[in-house]
Amino acid sequence: MAKDTNKGLESQAEAAQEATPDSSREVVGRAPSGVGGLTGWYRGATQPIRDAFQDAGTRFDKLPQPYRYAVIAAVIAAFALVPFILHATLGIQAAYWLNVTDKIGIAALLALGLNVVVGYAGLLDLGYVAFFAVGAYSYALLTQAARYSVLIETQTAQATALAQKIKPVWHEYFWLYFFAALAIALLAGVLLGAPTLRLRGDYLAIVTLGFGEIIRDTANNLHTVVGGPRGVFNLPHPAIGSYDFGLQNEPYYWLLLGIIVTWIFLLMRLNRSRIGRAWAAIREDELAAAAMGVSTIRMKLWAFAIGASVASFGGVVYASKIIFISPDSFRLFGGDFASVIILAMVVLGGMGGIAGPIVGAALLVFLPERFRVVGDARFMLFGLALVVVMILRPQGLIPSRRRAAELKGGEVRETTVFEAREHGA
Amino acid sequence: MAVSTRVTAEGAPISGRRNFLGWAIFLALVGIGLWWGIASGHCEQHLSGWVRLSTTGLTLGAIYAMIALGYTMVYGVLQLLNFAHSEVFMIGTFAGLYTITKLFGVTGSKYPNGVGGVFLVAVLLGAILLAGLASGITAVVMERLAYRPLRKGGASRLGYLITAIGVSLFLSNLFLLLDGQTHLGLPFKWPAIAGRAPLAYPETMKLTNVFRIFGVPIQNRQILVIAVAVVMLLILDFFVYRTQAGMGIRAVAEDPETASLMGVNITAIIVITFFVGGLMAGGAGLLYGVFFGEAQFNIGFLPGIKAFTAAVLGGIGNVRGAMLGGLLLGLIENLGVACIGIQWQPVIAFAVLVLVLMFRPTGLLGEQVGG
Repeated sequence: MAKDTNKGLESQAEAAQEATPDSSREVVGRAPSGVGGLTGWYRGATQPIRDAFQDAGTRFDKLPQPYRYAVIAAVIAAFALVPFILHATLGIQAAYWLNVTDKIGIAALLALGLNVVVGYAGLLDLGYVAFFAVGAYSYALLTQAARYSVLIETQTAQATALAQKIKPVWHEYFWLYFFAALAIALLAGVLLGAPTLRLRGDYLAIVTLGFGEIIRDTANNLHTVVGGPRGVFNLPHPAIGSYDFGLQNEPYYWLLLGIIVTWIFLLMRLNRSRIGRAWAAIREDELAAAAMGVSTIRMKLWAFAIGASVASFGGVVYASKIIFISPDSFRLFGGDFASVIILAMVVLGGMGGIAGPIVGAALLVFLPERFRVVGDARFMLFGLALVVVMILRPQGLIPSRRRAAELKGGEVRETTVFEAREHGA
Repeated sequence: MAVSTRVTAEGAPISGRRNFLGWAIFLALVGIGLWWGIASGHCEQHLSGWVRLSTTGLTLGAIYAMIALGYTMVYGVLQLLNFAHSEVFMIGTFAGLYTITKLFGVTGSKYPNGVGGVFLVAVLLGAILLAGLASGITAVVMERLAYRPLRKGGASRLGYLITAIGVSLFLSNLFLLLDGQTHLGLPFKWPAIAGRAPLAYPETMKLTNVFRIFGVPIQNRQILVIAVAVVMLLILDFFVYRTQAGMGIRAVAEDPETASLMGVNITAIIVITFFVGGLMAGGAGLLYGVFFGEAQFNIGFLPGIKAFTAAVLGGIGNVRGAMLGGLLLGLIENLGVACIGIQWQPVIAFAVLVLVLMFRPTGLLGEQVGG
C-alpha cells in the first residue's frame, strides 16, 4: 500500500503552492496511476479550461481592493438579473427554467453547507439531507401548518374551524421562522454530532447515514404530529408585508441569491479564521491537530452545526416554495435533493472551495433538466461520475488549492497505536 | 492474534480485558427494562410471541452474518468500507432467481407445489453456487475497475469511501434500468433482467411447518436458511483460520507491509478477499430471496447497512465477530419489535450501531485491522 509518502515534501509543496498558485500545480501531482493513457488524455483535454480558471483567479487576487469589491458587486448584480435575462430570451419557457434556477439555488445552498462538513472539516456526512428535513419540518411545525394539515385530514367540523383559526397568523412571522429553523438545526447538528464525532471517518459516514434514515423514519411514524407518510401540505408562502411570494419563481430566486451570498461571505470568513484553520488541521491530520491543542471534537461539532444551519435555510425556502413536504422528499437516494446527490455535487464540483460546490450543484440540477432522456438513468450516471472523478480527478472540477494538494497527495491514513488507544479508551 | 498488539490507554490488550462489572450492569439494565416493558403491557405478553420473534431474528441474523463477512474481511484488508457490498448481495438474489427459473426451469405454474427430493437439493445447491459465483465475480470486477486504480494512485480514505458509494449507486441503478425498455436515448432496448418492480421468486420449497417450539411453528425455509448459513460460515471459518490463503488474508489484515516482505502477494490476497466476501454475499442473497420470495434493484440497501452494523458490533475485521454480530443483530432487531412496534424496526439497527460505536467502538470480539 502506498502509504508513508514523504510528508515533509508534501507540506513543502503545499507551502509553495500557497505562495505561487499558478506555477506549482504539478509539484504535488501524483505518480501516473493505473489508468495511464486515459489520465494523460484527460489532462491534455482539460488543460485550457483549468488554465483559464486559474488565470482569472490570480488576476482577481492581484486587483486592488476597490476593484475587487466592484467585480464582486458586478457578479452579484449579474446573477440578480438572471430572471430578466431568462424572460427576455426564453419567452414562454422562462417560467420553467426559473423554477430550475430556484432548484439550483437550493441545491447550491445545500452543497455549500455539506462542503463545510466534507470539504472543510473532512468529515463524510451521508445523512446531510436530515438537516434539510429538520429545516423544512421546523418551518412546518412552527407555522402550525403541520397541525393544520393533520386536522384537515380528520375532516370533522371542529377540526376545520380550528384549522381556519390557525391559518391567519402565517405570513406575519416568515423571517422569524428562518432564524428559528436555524436555531433548531444548529441544535440538531450538535445533538447528532455529539455522540458520533468521536468516531473515525468511515464509521461516521455510516452513522450519519443511519441518523438520516432515523429522522425520515421518525417523520414517517409521527402521524399525529407531522402527518406521517402523507406529509404536511398547505405550507404558507413567505411574504414581505403584504407582498406574498406566492407561486412566482423570481422572489424565491432573489431570496436564495441573498442567502447564498451571505453564506458565502460568512463561510469565506470562517474558513480563514481560527476555526477554518482548525478544520484544515483536523482534515489533514487529526492526531497532529489534537497534539497542537486544537479541540478537535469542538471544532468538528462547529462544522456539523454550521453545515446543518446552512441546510436548514435551504429546507425553509424549499418548504415555503413547494408548500408540501413528506418524508419521501428527504431520502438518501431518490428525490431532488437526496444526500447522495448533494455529496456528488460537492465532490464533482470540488471539495473545500466555494465555486466548486456551486458549479457542481448547477451542473447536477441543470444537466438532468436539459437532457430529459437521462430520466431514471440519472443516479446510475451520478454513481459512475463519482467513481470516474475519484480516479481521474479526485479534487473535482474547481478544486480549492489546499484540498487538491491533499487529495492528490497519495497519503493513506493508517490506524496507529494512538488511534487504537483513542478508541479503546 | 492481531488484537494482542493493540493496547488501550491503560495498557491492557483490548480483547483481553474482561469488563465483567460493565457487562453485568448492562445486562441488568436490559433485564429491568424488559421486565418493566412486559409488566406494563408495552411489550409482547406471550412467550410464543417472543419465540416467534427469536426464530425470525435468528434466520435474518444468519443472513446478516453472511453479508457481514464480506464487509469485515474487506475492511480488515483494505480499511475500505465497501458500500457496494450491498449491491453484490443484490446481484446474488437476481443470479439465484435466474438459476432457479431459467436454468432449472422451476416456475410457479410448472411446479405449483414446489419441488422436492433430490431435485430440490440440486436446485438449491446450484442456485447457491451460481449466485455466489455471480456475486464473487462482481466483487472482483469492482475491485479491479474501481478500487485498484485508486490504490495505485494513492487516494485518501475519503476518496475510497466516495468511490464505494459511487459503485453502489451505479450498480443498483443499473439494475433499475435493466427493465427491457429503452433508456438514455439509445436505439436498443436494455435487457429485461430486473427493473423497478420486484420480481417474485417461484415457490421452490413448499412452505411447511416442520416442528413446534412453545406452540410456534418452525418453517422448513427457516431451517434451510439457518442450516445453509451455518455450513457456509463453518467453511469460511475453516478457510480463514486453517488454509494458507486464509493465513494470507489475516496477515495482510494485520500488517500489509510485513506481509508483503514475507512473500504474501497482496494484490492476490485482496482479490481473494473480495471474491470470498462476494461468494458469501451471493449465498446470502439466494437465501434472502428464497426466504422473502423476491428480488429487487434496491433490495440490498437495508440488509447491507445492517450487515455492516453487525460487522461493527462483532469487531470490524474480525471474522468470527462478524458471525456473532450478525446473529446478535438479527435477534436484537426482532426482539426490539416486541416492545416498540414494527414500524420502528429500521431504527433499532441504527440505534444499536450508534450505541456500540459510542460505548465499545472495537466491537464485542475486538477489531482486527491492518495499518
